[in-house]
Amino acid sequence: MNNILSVAFDGIVYASWLFLMSAGLTLIYGVMRILNVAHGSLYALGAYAACSLAGAWLTAGLPAAGSFAMLLAAAILVGCVFGPLLERGLLQWMYGKDEVVLVLITYAVFLIMEDVIKLVWGVDSMLLPEPYALPGNFMLGGLAYPVYNLIIIAIALVTGLALAFALHATRRGKLLLAVIHDREISMAMGIDIGRVYLATFALGATLAALGGAFTAPTVAVTPGIGVEVIVLAFAVVVIGGLGSLSGAAIGALLVGLVRSATVRYWPEAELFSIYAVMAIVLIARPKGLFAAQEARKI
Amino acid sequence: MKAIAAAALAFAALIAVALLAPQWLVFMSMLVLAKGAVVLGLVVLMRTGLVSFGQGLYFGIGAYAAALLSHHLRIADAAAMLLAGAVAAGVVAALLGLLLANYREIFFAMLSLAFSMILYGLLVKSAALGSTDGLHLQARTLFGIALASGTERRIFLIAGAICVVIAALAVHRLLGGHWGRLATAVRDNELRVAYLGASPFRVVYVNYLIAGALAGLGGALVALAVGHVDPDTAYWTTSGEFVFIAILGGTQSIAAPFVAAAIFEALRTVASQYAPNVWQMSLGLGMLAIIMFLPAGLWSLARRRSAA
Repeated sequence: MNNILSVAFDGIVYASWLFLMSAGLTLIYGVMRILNVAHGSLYALGAYAACSLAGAWLTAGLPAAGSFAMLLAAAILVGCVFGPLLERGLLQWMYGKDEVVLVLITYAVFLIMEDVIKLVWGVDSMLLPEPYALPGNFMLGGLAYPVYNLIIIAIALVTGLALAFALHATRRGKLLLAVIHDREISMAMGIDIGRVYLATFALGATLAALGGAFTAPTVAVTPGIGVEVIVLAFAVVVIGGLGSLSGAAIGALLVGLVRSATVRYWPEAELFSIYAVMAIVLIARPKGLFAAQEARKI
Repeated sequence: MKAIAAAALAFAALIAVALLAPQWLVFMSMLVLAKGAVVLGLVVLMRTGLVSFGQGLYFGIGAYAAALLSHHLRIADAAAMLLAGAVAAGVVAALLGLLLANYREIFFAMLSLAFSMILYGLLVKSAALGSTDGLHLQARTLFGIALASGTERRIFLIAGAICVVIAALAVHRLLGGHWGRLATAVRDNELRVAYLGASPFRVVYVNYLIAGALAGLGGALVALAVGHVDPDTAYWTTSGEFVFIAILGGTQSIAAPFVAAAIFEALRTVASQYAPNVWQMSLGLGMLAIIMFLPAGLWSLARRRSAA
């Protein structure tokens, strides 16, 4: 019983983290039809910025609880600077190209950012253990867990609910959904696509950086941390159906639970299991679990 | 005829390198030949409008097939290794192709990526396959003839050159004829191809098979050159590198992948010597520049000049 409980809890923690990563990715794909490889670099940037900001905060001797605000600030900073920078500076000239070419373009951005990060922050790993240790532990089924895990879950829940609310209950959100549904008709109806794109990309970038910022305290932040994350987030998004927010949530939960179960019972198969799930889902439902039906164009 | 002349010239140049050049150049030529072969396969696939972000799968299978031959079966013959690499990759491609040939666009790219990452996950965790350390391999004979120590790589280069040049000529013939036009037609409008009575599935499937086998051959060749294989051969960044070289060269010519691979390897060698910290950045900037200004690849430069 305890085993199952701990597997489920670990799975949900991992799923929350995955959801933060993949929500931005699926949103950007849904609106802009870009499968953004640079999402991984924004994640890494978020982690590095969090280390610098929260580190500076702590060395200044300010109250340690404030470091959480710094993590959040780092994510918003990265998202609002690099999101618009990438979209206005580069991607806006690329719209209309083939989806696969757009993947390559963002892959190029990813490569560039990898080295930029190395140039700015150096190649040594950075540590930020304080926010992780600060909230202490709690007991679950006889095992001690860091409270920080609960914070991750809370952030994912709040983000997911806020996004769902914003998309379905606000005017701007509905405009966004309209663009996801049919770009051309939306344009014809007078929606300013350029602004929607800019806002979406900035939002997606912020979400990626948020994932990175709140991961930073749990790991050693080293060059290349974005490399693995991006393919994982791809897997989640493709499982859920490209462009679907609820799909990303279900995909994250599925991958999270499968991973924690394999880590527990068959640790050798950890990486294997995630991509096996992706392959099986794609075989059964070629466009993912929640992909919208598209009209066939000849 | 022109193609055969060019192939003969390339082959003669490779033989000259194998016999006369210093060891480092022999090694580089093997890498170029191997990556060129993988990218040639990718180009065949791109003729049908599909880009695979998972050629690392077949590259890895080819490399590990060669290594396992040496490691577990104690077969140290280079020809057997090259054959094993291509055949193993071809068999896996024949199986996965049945599934993948139904997918298009981004879904094809993502599913092929997933399969390569499955292989990566297996390799990293499997102790029998050397996990993250990988495996060493050693080839001492070619067709059963023992090789003098110090000359192995030179002989492997000749063996590799024979395989790759023949494969490239075969691909050239295939794409220049009926089959190549069918592939382009599938890229342009699959539904019409089906209405006209040809099977798009078959075109995609066969091209996928060719791409897989060529990637396996390339993998085995790299394994011979380096003498060691590790799971990174199947990692997605390796696959990304192949796509990059394909874009660099363009898909219009059979020679383009090899020229692009040579440029890529030369740049990488120079960069790792003088500017290791900005190598990826220059790669990215180069890629953006090519996509923006030379969407048909470097080869279009040569073509433009000859047309003018």
